Amino acid sequence: MPLLEIKNLTVSFDTAAGPFMAVQGIDLSVEPREVLAIVGESGSGKSVAMLAVMGLLPNTATVRADRMAFDGIDLLELGPSERRKIVGKDISMIFQEPVASLNPCFTVGFQIEEVLRFHMGMDRAQRRARAIELMKLVGIADPEERLGSFPHQMSGGQCQRVMIAIAIACNPKLLIADEPTTALDVTIQKQILDLLVGLQAKYGMGLIMITHNMGVVAETADRVIVQYKGRKMEEADVLSLFESPKSNYTRALLSALPENAVGDRLPTVSDMLFEPAPSVVAARSAGGTAS
Amino acid sequence: MSVTVVEGKNIVRDYHVGGGLFRPSRTVHAVKGVSFSVDKGKTLAIVGESGCGKSTLARIITLIDPATSGELFIDGKKVDIARDGLSKEMRRKVQIVFQNPYGSLNPRQKIGDVLGEPLLINTDSTADERRDLAMKMLKKVGLGPEHYNRYPHMFSGGQRQRIAIARALMLNPSLLVLDEPVSALDLSVQAQVLNLLADLQDEFQLTYVFISHDLSVVRYIADDVMVMYFGEAVEYGSRDEVFADPKHSYTRTLFAATPRADVASIKARLAKKKAA
Repeated sequence: MPLLEIKNLTVSFDTAAGPFMAVQGIDLSVEPREVLAIVGESGSGKSVAMLAVMGLLPNTATVRADRMAFDGIDLLELGPSERRKIVGKDISMIFQEPVASLNPCFTVGFQIEEVLRFHMGMDRAQRRARAIELMKLVGIADPEERLGSFPHQMSGGQCQRVMIAIAIACNPKLLIADEPTTALDVTIQKQILDLLVGLQAKYGMGLIMITHNMGVVAETADRVIVQYKGRKMEEADVLSLFESPKSNYTRALLSALPENAVGDRLPTVSDMLFEPAPSVVAARSAGGTAS
Repeated sequence: MSVTVVEGKNIVRDYHVGGGLFRPSRTVHAVKGVSFSVDKGKTLAIVGESGCGKSTLARIITLIDPATSGELFIDGKKVDIARDGLSKEMRRKVQIVFQNPYGSLNPRQKIGDVLGEPLLINTDSTADERRDLAMKMLKKVGLGPEHYNRYPHMFSGGQRQRIAIARALMLNPSLLVLDEPVSALDLSVQAQVLNLLADLQDEFQLTYVFISHDLSVVRYIADDVMVMYFGEAVEYGSRDEVFADPKHSYTRTLFAATPRADVASIKARLAKKKAA
């Protein structure tokens, strides 16, 4: 049985210009212990689809699906309080901006322990012990000391490590990483990716990696879904995607990598695709927060 | 015959971090004696991780901050803004494009005014001339006259970066400093902006100082590469030299950390995973 199964997911936002379809009929499944990468440009609906799974979309969004199940539980049927018991515990998410996703008013220790208190009901001593263990696990030096640090006292890479610690605190079955390394340097990116993949293998989690970086896909994924303007363009295992991409869009994305430059011009995606219909563009700029 | 547009000799920049009641003040050496020179129409890429001093160096070259010591020559003339201040003429020669196109445009200023502002401040041109020049520049960077009266929030990240580039080019600078201009952009948009930069360089014979931590971008756009590590230039040479034969261990670490998207390395990774 797949860990996460989504059939025909559609998400639309109510905008002044009428409904805007951010995700249009996506099918997706993740097996236990699998790394799935979702690739696409901003505005392709890759984050929105995952936010729909987490139930984190604003009220203006309408989520429809034939089936959306996590570990046998139907997510569409769940009420908010039941969903909160799963989200953060069995499914957890890491966001793009590590510094912005931590609360600047509280120490990182408090923020790690908050999850443990809410989901695991641990007492103070247990929480502290587990928080120290987690900090060690994600590779932060002297954890006892660092638990008392505020987010602004840590670097971007360290903040992302803290986010990962919070996300894996309750041993989730599925971890969703939304552009976890986009805001980080290459050397730090390498460390964070190694950490994520290492933890995934160690604890047998399912991992969904949302990214626009083809290099990150090549370094981490088992299977890849390519998304464009809310639609799935291609789904393939990582090797066949890079070896013989089937859709034009994937081919365009791969050729836009600077290392694949032919002569002194980079091929761009629009060179190879039709321009989107004007109505879509209008709805998109009116939608604003569609990415 | 090539003309050197910008040259730095042994540039040092220290920051003094003020102490508190119980904390002594200390000095941070952000840039520790860096030398470089860039010829007209060429691109120097400066690579390094955050905190290595590459943006500090960019601010010195752009004449925003003075160097603590060392000499900076622009178009063969020695510039020392700590002593002489900055003339209008110098301001026109060097311009900068910042990393975050969302933060570097005033949300209350229309695009036309964004582009007209440098002319308003630095030249005696009339409003009509400014409008004309702004329209022309919009076309050059791949936008249209219909964008003249729009506000920054109506544009995507890639379009905003085009506007930032247009603003930098309004005064016909000879040197453009690009501080991570594409690292906030998507892959496909990044390709468009890099193409635009290459076109503009050919058209105006621009000299670029291109700051980045993405080696694949650097390999595409640079003529010369300087690798910085903790304020020092640990490696400096032509692109082919640096990429073919990295001498310093940090450069090699940097190469190893760059994700590779070729079939062979994926195969190797999958094989390793199977074995584990």
